[in-house]
Amino acid sequence: MQTEKEQKRMGRDKLQRIIEMCIAIENHQVDPFTLDVDDIIKMIQEYFPKWEKPDDFNLDSEAIHHLATVIKLQSEWVKQRSTSLYTDPFLLEEKIRQARKEQMVSIFLKAWHPAVEMEQLSLHSLREAYLYWNSLLTLEERWKELEVTETAIGSATRSEMIKERILSDKYFTEEMAIFWEELKLTTLERGKDGKIRYWDFIGAETYEETIQRAFMTSFLITYGYATLEIRPLEEELFIKPFEKVVEKLATKQLVSIPLALSHEEWQKWKKGELK
Amino acid sequence: MSKRKGAYASKVKRATHLLFFRRHQKPGAKGWELRKALGSDYPKVLSVLDDNLKNLDLQVKTVFEEEKTPAGKPSLDDLDKARFLVTLRGDLTPKEAKMIGWRIDDLAGLAIIVSFIIAKRGQTNRKEVEKLLNEKLPDWKVGPNIDKYIRYGYIQQDDNTQLYLGWRTRAEIDERALINMLLGSERQGATESMTSENEEETEESDALSETQDNKKE
Repeated sequence: MQTEKEQKRMGRDKLQRIIEMCIAIENHQVDPFTLDVDDIIKMIQEYFPKWEKPDDFNLDSEAIHHLATVIKLQSEWVKQRSTSLYTDPFLLEEKIRQARKEQMVSIFLKAWHPAVEMEQLSLHSLREAYLYWNSLLTLEERWKELEVTETAIGSATRSEMIKERILSDKYFTEEMAIFWEELKLTTLERGKDGKIRYWDFIGAETYEETIQRAFMTSFLITYGYATLEIRPLEEELFIKPFEKVVEKLATKQLVSIPLALSHEEWQKWKKGELK
Repeated sequence: MSKRKGAYASKVKRATHLLFFRRHQKPGAKGWELRKALGSDYPKVLSVLDDNLKNLDLQVKTVFEEEKTPAGKPSLDDLDKARFLVTLRGDLTPKEAKMIGWRIDDLAGLAIIVSFIIAKRGQTNRKEVEKLLNEKLPDWKVGPNIDKYIRYGYIQQDDNTQLYLGWRTRAEIDERALINMLLGSERQGATESMTSENEEETEESDALSETQDNKKE
């Protein structure tokens, strides 16, 4: 026969275990339905008349509090699974495996609303095509072989490359720093809001020089001396020089932006037809 | 006709041109394109167009960026980034689906992949899908079919060969309805007509399928 003291000790142990179990459920370590709420309540009721000390009452109320949280979790679980938004992935997978292809198609067609799109020629597009065809050179002319004279393979010195204008006589970084200063100055003079139109900066008297400037500008942007601002709606392109070199650009993933620099574009710019 | 009504009628016409005729790689138009062409009241214009399309069993569908479908009423910014396109309002019969160039095998494969990705909570490995399709489709057809669904935009694949639902699935497939019907389906529920049509797969259907492939590419 257990003494009253032993019964109280056992009761405290049980309450302690209930609290620990409830905390594990609250922390999502255990399934909320592993706890039989009715049994637990009966047990709490059984020991309640034996409590006399405040500590025991505290333990009792703590157990009730945690039990209430578990009941709330159980109710949420039931609510979630009873709504139409919940789909048991295993059940669904099983259905997919079992379904015959005809059945799958029949179901799919009820949920499929394909996009409608049309392709049609218009008078305008025909006219454009006609104009294009007229301006198109014959294959013979387009594929005309370039007259290239064969030369022997040799090596070139730095001074020769400078002479041929392949390399500059200045060091590249030095050249880039000068070009950056020019960009800042030009932006200040001809730009607006700290930026300048791309073509207004790279455009030069000759096409060769324009290409050279575009080449240098691309390095300014890549190495964080300046940035490009693209307005797709207005089809406008600006260069914005930075006051200081932005080094974090190198740590980000770089994006390449191809820009057309055809002779035609350059001529348009010269005539003031290009934005 | 009042001046206001006349202006709307002309905007509805313009919207019809923009949404029906394919101008980019993807069908339809982006919200910002419509705003540029129709003005800031383009959502109203699209709603009028949608009403007009009801009789033709068509609808104007809004597909929000990625999976960012706004919970409540979409903001103008959400709409600007969204894609608008015209889709069928009702559903197709198996015969009609075949007429627009879809073979039953291809359609079943697409249905399986889409439902499988949904069952796998939005992503799954390509190998797993290939294994599943291989149970009912010949090996030589599985890989090219998956590639075709990727090309069409129904699914997308990342560098680790994980498959996800693509923009076209979000635009064309009622995912909730598909899952509900699949879960509620019975084995005997398949239409008999489908079986007979399957047997009738002809070279003509193949040719149609090829034509559509070429067009989409």
